[in-house]
Amino acid sequence: MKKNDMILIAVIVFAAAAIFGWNMFRGQSADAEVEVTVDGTLYGIYDLDKDQKLEINQTNTLTIENHKADMTDANCPDLLCVHQKAVSRNGESIICLPNKVVVTVISKKEAEYDAVTN
Amino acid sequence: MKNKVAYYGVFTALALIFSYVETLIPISFGVPGVKLGLANLIIVVAIYKLSGREAAVLSIVRVVLAGFLFGSMFSILYSLAGTLLSLAVMTALKKSGRFSVMGVSMAGGVFHNIGQLIVAMLVVETYQVGYYLPVLLIAGLLTGFVIGIISNEVLKRLTWL
Repeated sequence: MKKNDMILIAVIVFAAAAIFGWNMFRGQSADAEVEVTVDGTLYGIYDLDKDQKLEINQTNTLTIENHKADMTDANCPDLLCVHQKAVSRNGESIICLPNKVVVTVISKKEAEYDAVTN
Repeated sequence: MKNKVAYYGVFTALALIFSYVETLIPISFGVPGVKLGLANLIIVVAIYKLSGREAAVLSIVRVVLAGFLFGSMFSILYSLAGTLLSLAVMTALKKSGRFSVMGVSMAGGVFHNIGQLIVAMLVVETYQVGYYLPVLLIAGLLTGFVIGIISNEVLKRLTWL
């Protein structure tokens, strides 16, 4: 291999890393909100960019941190919602059935699709 | 070079066989859509032993034939975009004389993937597929590396051509 080949490898690896980093950065700065409903009625809308800890009707605790919403505590026996992973992308949700609490990420932007084909 | 027609035939047949062999061996890189690109070996050898123009004819014939045999109209479209872009880059790098077979082959692998991604962007009409670009860049680099090693060995032994 020549020296130029090495430079080529370095340039491509650097480009891949740069694009990857840019995608990560861009993916985080989406202005999203979390909508919380209890028993079908709106409980509140919260900014996903602001770190906060919310008590929902003293039954569930929702923690918003690093642009992600995570149910950190609940008084129900199964704790399914607590075990769910944190949500951040548009349309993702955490649902606590016993307390009828639904947490959904909503974005001001259009919904993201994985892919659309003609 | 004498017997041009015969060489075209042999190279086309070889490229087609490699395309077929590739559909038989599921070489998985853990990433959907990534394959070794064995037929690219023939194209790299053709660039060095024949010429850029002859390699271009070979690639187009191979892509169309392999598409009809093992793929679909869409796979022809994707492959054609990838092949032509990678071929253009490879001939340019070879002509510059500053890169070895390894470098030419790796650039070919990378730009093959870039060409396919451009078609994917046009078909899907979204730039979201751009998220896949870093993966494809590295994948093209790795497959190009492997093909480069093999091409190098083949070229060393093809002294009679």
